[in-house]
Amino acid sequence: MSDKTDVWQGTLALMVLKTLETMGPQHGYGIARRIEQTSGNLLSLNYGTLYPALLKLEQEGAIVSEWGMSDNNRKAKFYKLTRTGRKLLEREARGWQQTTAILARFLSPAEEA
Amino acid sequence: MHSLPRCLRALWFRLRGLSPARPANDEIAAELESHLQLHIDDNLRAGMTPQEARRHALLQLGGLEQTQQTVRERSTLPWFEYLLQDLRFALRQLRKSPGFTAVVIVTLALGIGVNTALFSIVNTVLLHPIALPRPGELVAVDASKPNFEHGSISYPNFRDWQRDNRSFSDLAIYRHIGFVMTGSGYSERVRGNYVTSDFFPLLGVKPSLGRLFAADEDEIGRAPIVMLGGGFWAREFGSDPNIVGRSITLDGRDYTVVGIIPASFDLQVGGFLPEDIYVPIGQWQNEALKLRGAGLGIHGIARLRQGVTLAQAQADMNNVTNHLAAVYPEEDRGLRANLRPLREAIVGNVRPVLFVLLAAVGFVLLVACSNVANLLLARSSSRAQEFGVRIALGAGRSRIVCQILTESTALALAGGALALVLAAWGTRAAVALAPDTLPRASHIQLSPAVLCFTFGVSFVVGIVFGLIPAWKIAAQQPQSALRDAGSRTVHGSRHRTQDVLVIFQMAAALVLLAGAGLMVRSLFALYHTSPGFDPNGVLRFSVAGPDALVLHNPVGARAYARSLDQQMRSVHGISGVSLMGNDVPMTGDDDEELFWLQNEAKPADANDMHWSLLYTVEPDYLRIMRIPLLRGRWFADADRADTPHVIVIDDDLARQFFPNTDPIGKIVNLTNPDDIQATVIGVVGHVLHWGLDSDASSSLHAQLYIDIGQLADSQFVSNSGFFWNVAVRADHPDTVFPDIQSSLRQMNASQVAWRPLTMNQIIADSLAARRFSMILLGAFAALALLLASVGLYGVISYLVGQRTQEMAIRMALGADRGKVLRWVMQRGAALAGIGVGVGTVAALLVTRLMAGISLAKSSMIYGVHPWDPLTMVGVIALLMCVALMACYVPARRAASVDPMQALRSE
Repeated sequence: MSDKTDVWQGTLALMVLKTLETMGPQHGYGIARRIEQTSGNLLSLNYGTLYPALLKLEQEGAIVSEWGMSDNNRKAKFYKLTRTGRKLLEREARGWQQTTAILARFLSPAEEA
Repeated sequence: MHSLPRCLRALWFRLRGLSPARPANDEIAAELESHLQLHIDDNLRAGMTPQEARRHALLQLGGLEQTQQTVRERSTLPWFEYLLQDLRFALRQLRKSPGFTAVVIVTLALGIGVNTALFSIVNTVLLHPIALPRPGELVAVDASKPNFEHGSISYPNFRDWQRDNRSFSDLAIYRHIGFVMTGSGYSERVRGNYVTSDFFPLLGVKPSLGRLFAADEDEIGRAPIVMLGGGFWAREFGSDPNIVGRSITLDGRDYTVVGIIPASFDLQVGGFLPEDIYVPIGQWQNEALKLRGAGLGIHGIARLRQGVTLAQAQADMNNVTNHLAAVYPEEDRGLRANLRPLREAIVGNVRPVLFVLLAAVGFVLLVACSNVANLLLARSSSRAQEFGVRIALGAGRSRIVCQILTESTALALAGGALALVLAAWGTRAAVALAPDTLPRASHIQLSPAVLCFTFGVSFVVGIVFGLIPAWKIAAQQPQSALRDAGSRTVHGSRHRTQDVLVIFQMAAALVLLAGAGLMVRSLFALYHTSPGFDPNGVLRFSVAGPDALVLHNPVGARAYARSLDQQMRSVHGISGVSLMGNDVPMTGDDDEELFWLQNEAKPADANDMHWSLLYTVEPDYLRIMRIPLLRGRWFADADRADTPHVIVIDDDLARQFFPNTDPIGKIVNLTNPDDIQATVIGVVGHVLHWGLDSDASSSLHAQLYIDIGQLADSQFVSNSGFFWNVAVRADHPDTVFPDIQSSLRQMNASQVAWRPLTMNQIIADSLAARRFSMILLGAFAALALLLASVGLYGVISYLVGQRTQEMAIRMALGADRGKVLRWVMQRGAALAGIGVGVGTVAALLVTRLMAGISLAKSSMIYGVHPWDPLTMVGVIALLMCVALMACYVPARRAASVDPMQALRSE
């Protein structure tokens, strides 16, 4: 497990939003699995931490939830991105790209000269 | 990821999560359960055994219970939930001890209630004395001249000031005036104000009907027009909207009504009051209006231009007046404009007294709060075990403190709610008692600001006075609290706090009692001050005669006055009648005479003359007022217009101008209206013209009497027509007025008599402000005494309760009941005694301060030394008596303990 990275504070919400954007409506377990897969199994995600994050996003109006049936016929709560959520995702993603680009310039040796 | 709308939305959902109606917990559980199932399904598909699949899923979730808890905390507000929990617990606790709860709430309600009531007065009177737009820009304008700091402005000076100043957006003048209105039934006296056209626009007052005066309609020689006050319009014309354009007859002239001033218009400053009617000042049929040197009681009001400060305006006006003084040295030398913020002019007089009263209620609140703190302390010490157990079981100290604070705040808020009820009642009572001079008294009410005040005070009281016991509890060691259970040891420090609080209460009550006592003594001293005349049996009123006769025929006016005299003398029960000028003592009105002595050269201008109060009276006056004649003789019917002029002076004038000589026979040069020489024929006693308490501090003291019979014909008719004050001596001054009125109407239906006031009423009115503060201060002191004695009673009762078993043992061992009684009483007396000692020192300091605070024109403490020993001894005795009574009840209870019973009950 030592080669796995913990999820940084604040990035989880962004991952959730992005996941919902690409996959469409999804339940909590599905979101968790998808995040793990997307990270190439490099992230160690404690599934329990996902639920407070989902609740927070729902309270803020970025996502809405609804009970429905999973692929294998289990009752599950599905989350869906709202318009507010889409805008939020766009803004946050841009912010992250900017941050990482800046950091990349600092860290890449080619730029030092 | 933070933005305000999103945060608010989230907060709203979390608050909704608090409501027990939402099955949040079940939903969370169901979701997590479904999550586990989905995960287990996957794990099974991956080939795990069912147990392994579940274990693995749970592990990756990070525990079902923990996850549920974190989600739940996110779904509601945990601290808010704690608060609700504490509140529910506090309410349950309080319901369990209704006696304690009731005493605390009532005590707080009394303390907060008087504060709320007084604050609602202060809020209206001091904080919002002007109900007009942008009141901060309004300035009271007077002419300051020798002898008069706030003297009147002459019309020509006003016009020059208006033209020359650069500081005011508007400058206006006003002057109150009475008219006789004729045309419907009996003639009627109406009160009005002369104003200039700028007056209402400057104040921001709009007409409710019709229009205001146009810019030049206030000049001399324009057509007579009038505006009506809303109340007068409703009373006289039933709010008839067609009144505009019609005319009314005032003093025999027809005035066209141009508009109505709303009844809500309210401004009370200097001589100005909203009155029945408003007339442009140019309509004043008074030749003196055109004189630059005339003092006609005209005062000004102005609005500062935007951005101009009062100091800049004053400097600007100084330039204006300096210039005028150079151009008109005779009239304007030494004359300056005196500017004051309007607010200052309105509340300047009442502010110090209201501050004294505010300080007093502040003390009452502190006394009430000390009671509550003491009760909470006593209660928390009996709950020490409960808290000890909870701390021992792991409750955080902060949770315990929160819990105690919640309880005290709940109590304080309940007290605050009840206080509002008391305050609503108390405010009404105070307004009913308030003197007329209290600005905007009729608008005093419980406003939103007052509600905020009460809520704020209650909240702060709850927190601060909850902290004392909370801090004590939190500081205690749980093991000691638990060990103490059932033992008879006493917490020394807790007692010390209680003792200090009781001592403070006693001291505060004593200070308030001393202050109130001195005010009572002052009022007594004033009631026993002789005004220089005998007010009993004297009635004054005003009379205006039929204008037509008077305006055109002064000689007829003299004859008319004589028949008026005769007519009034014929009324049953009247034994003396004297017409007189504006110089009725104690009303605040006066006439003045300028004179110089025989051995002096005639001074160049009025400011260098001698000044004296002038009484223009008839020969009956001395008998009516029963003023003592000290030397010489008084006026007689033989003194006529064609006999040599004679005057009577008071002993003050005699002492001032004829020291060490006999003034009888001396010649004095009078100036009003023309220079004449008059001989002094008598000396009478000084009359306290400016009021029982204010006369000594007034600058104008000397008094001079002339006989109406010797007036020149031209003087006989005053500027406002045939208008006289009348003083009569009557057997029943309170009830005789209707008889006089009907007799006067019989004589001539168009003459009016109005505003009857007995001299005793006038004196009482002059003391109204003093009586008002005395009653309030007395009530506050009584309340403080009551609360302090309840506090002492509570502490002694608590002590007795704690020591019941100890005393039972003592008695079982042979101590007699008297000894126990003495012991308890001694303990109470010691506390009260220390309180009295501290209080006496504080009272001596406070009463000294009070002596420096003025009420109207004299000190709050009048005619009695601020350290008056009689008052001090009296209030100390009162306090000790009440304190000992408060101790006696629990002491008796202690002494009547049945030792066997008490010991068995352990």
